[in-house]
Amino acid sequence: MNLSATDLCLTVDGVDHLKNVTATFRPGRLHTVIGRTMAGKTTLLRALAGLQKVDSGSLTRAGADFLKTPVWRRDTAMVYQQFINYPHLNVFDNVAFPLKRAGLSRDEIRRRVRQSLASVGLADFEKRKPSQLSGGQQQRVAMARSLARGTGILLLDEPLANLDYKLREQLRDEFKTLFSEQGDTIVVYTTTEPAEAMMLGDVVLVMHEGRILQSGTPQEVFERPATTTVASIINDPPMNIFAGRLAGGQVTVAGFQATHASAHLADLPDGSYRFGLRATDVSLASSGVEGQVTFVEISGSETFVHVVVGKTPFVVQIEGIHDVALGDVVRLRLRPDRLFAFDEQGALMRTPSYDLASVEGR
Amino acid sequence: MAQLDIIDVGHTYAPGAEEERWALKPLKLTFESGRTYALVGPSGCGKTTLLNILSGLVRPSRGRVLFDGVDVTALPTKARNIAQVFQFPVIYKSMTVYDNLAFPLQCRRQDKARIDAKVRQVAEALDLHDRLRQPARGLTADDKQLISLGRGLVRDDVAAVLMDEPLTVIDPQLKHSLRRKIREITEQFRPTVIYVTHDQYEAMSFAQELLVMKDGRAVQQGTPEQLFEAPSSTYVGYFIGSPAMNFLTVDRNDGPFTLGGRPLSVAWDIPRRTTEVRVGVRPEYVKVVTDPGPNTFPGRLRGVSDHGAQRVLDIEVAGQPVRAKTPREEGVPVGEEVLVHLPRAKVLPYADGKLVLRS
Repeated sequence: MNLSATDLCLTVDGVDHLKNVTATFRPGRLHTVIGRTMAGKTTLLRALAGLQKVDSGSLTRAGADFLKTPVWRRDTAMVYQQFINYPHLNVFDNVAFPLKRAGLSRDEIRRRVRQSLASVGLADFEKRKPSQLSGGQQQRVAMARSLARGTGILLLDEPLANLDYKLREQLRDEFKTLFSEQGDTIVVYTTTEPAEAMMLGDVVLVMHEGRILQSGTPQEVFERPATTTVASIINDPPMNIFAGRLAGGQVTVAGFQATHASAHLADLPDGSYRFGLRATDVSLASSGVEGQVTFVEISGSETFVHVVVGKTPFVVQIEGIHDVALGDVVRLRLRPDRLFAFDEQGALMRTPSYDLASVEGR
Repeated sequence: MAQLDIIDVGHTYAPGAEEERWALKPLKLTFESGRTYALVGPSGCGKTTLLNILSGLVRPSRGRVLFDGVDVTALPTKARNIAQVFQFPVIYKSMTVYDNLAFPLQCRRQDKARIDAKVRQVAEALDLHDRLRQPARGLTADDKQLISLGRGLVRDDVAAVLMDEPLTVIDPQLKHSLRRKIREITEQFRPTVIYVTHDQYEAMSFAQELLVMKDGRAVQQGTPEQLFEAPSSTYVGYFIGSPAMNFLTVDRNDGPFTLGGRPLSVAWDIPRRTTEVRVGVRPEYVKVVTDPGPNTFPGRLRGVSDHGAQRVLDIEVAGQPVRAKTPREEGVPVGEEVLVHLPRAKVLPYADGKLVLRS
């Protein structure tokens, strides 16, 4: 039973929170919704859950008007960013709470609670109070409560946002297995992190300013971003996007002869474009475009070097942790075979050939 | 700016507790003048206790604190000449931005022209120079944090700037720019900075040196690069880097180390010992190759995780899990059987959870 949204709109004080949101959510699939904060992700989840009224549009499930279905009949569970548990109840009772309210038998409740606690790795924690648990464990309890209900729709709103880095990394791995065991449940999961959206999602929906800009498999969205905005959102660090000119087989950026045009750009007419290049496809080299290091940051096992060329900022991603001094003058090598070309309005024109091949080869 | 030395400093909040249970086990450290340090570790690791000992909020149960060789252990916070930036911005709401920055100097009765010059210099660096006459209460949280920092920087005589999770209340999108600003400013003014955070990547992006803490102990001090390339313990190998460092149990009978019966060369030779030896190798250095060769082992591909520009491959080698991080352009190996190369220079020996140093 698909859940289908068509043209959902919501405007608050003149700002679009949802703008013509059309999407189909399928059973047994995990849909990650990626966007920056304020993109409308939480509003979308709340609208699906029935916690937020929309101005217009339709929402249907199995042919029925879901917008007219009251919250408690929507067969939906939601996990929030700020994990919520009943502080006075132990772990078992926290998970059992909605099952008791649903009037299930004692045996059935015990069976379901035990099963869902085991699936989140908390089998031995039944008697603990939430206050005796770490943040990650508390979020797992909230997750177990949602899973135990066995609802047809499971909504998760940035469930890892408030956890430490290492815990996020661990739970992300666990979620991958956990969600694959959820049978016919429709799972919708919001995140601000590209890697999380990519690794967990069967389908990725890219959201920005209330709109869904693109949806598809992680590979489709990553390798064929429909616009510069999608390219920026789905890459961490955001894809380098810069204005340039293509003329006589050369790409110039801000007046610099940046690189020659590879075969995949050969049939593009000369003119002005916006080019995209992932941070992994720019490197510090002994020759190339000159720029100055403005900032260096470290994320995971990578060093991101921020360089400004004229007035155009670039981010260079280097594997491993390196010490690069601020203010240093460096040279950048832009990989010509990895250039994305967008038109001046930001719509995708050409993708790097290796990406194309791997998409079309599927 | 001063050099800070802590000599045999330890602390317990429960007097009489045995040393094993102290919040901060006795340790000796030097924070050099003009360098930036981050104290990093999970909650309860002792990093805030150590910071509070430096600021004078906590008097250590044992040991001495020296600022430029002068014993300040018994001195209260206000006599230590330090600047502090807390989780929540502390500003004088009724004052303008200018007066907030000038206040520490006015208190020290410096002359007006000198104060004015210093305030303008710092305001310029903080990008607040066009808002000097505005009331400070109207500023955003990140600008207020800059004022907290600026109040420390206007003083030439400040011994050190201590920061306790200064990005906590900052909007996620602004965190990046504030961190960048703080780093730029510290590069310009070169104060001695001690920065406390639970976020290892914030620490590595900000500080020249990190002190990784766990269970009240300093487990490793070093530059971000040192922590990544040569973690002194399996904990640091796990805590720094994503995914975590791989650790594999290896055998050694008479000859060299073996993994699944095949010889494995490690970065350096270590004394023969009876304890279990494990080798650590970062996922970035594990390579899936097509040809057999030295330090190359058969494995089974168990899973592939698409992170975007990289993929993480879950491989089983000699019955043990190994992760390899590969650039997207390398694609996914065909079939389950793969060959895994562990480059000798990157395979480090660990015994009892500690890096065995080159002898």
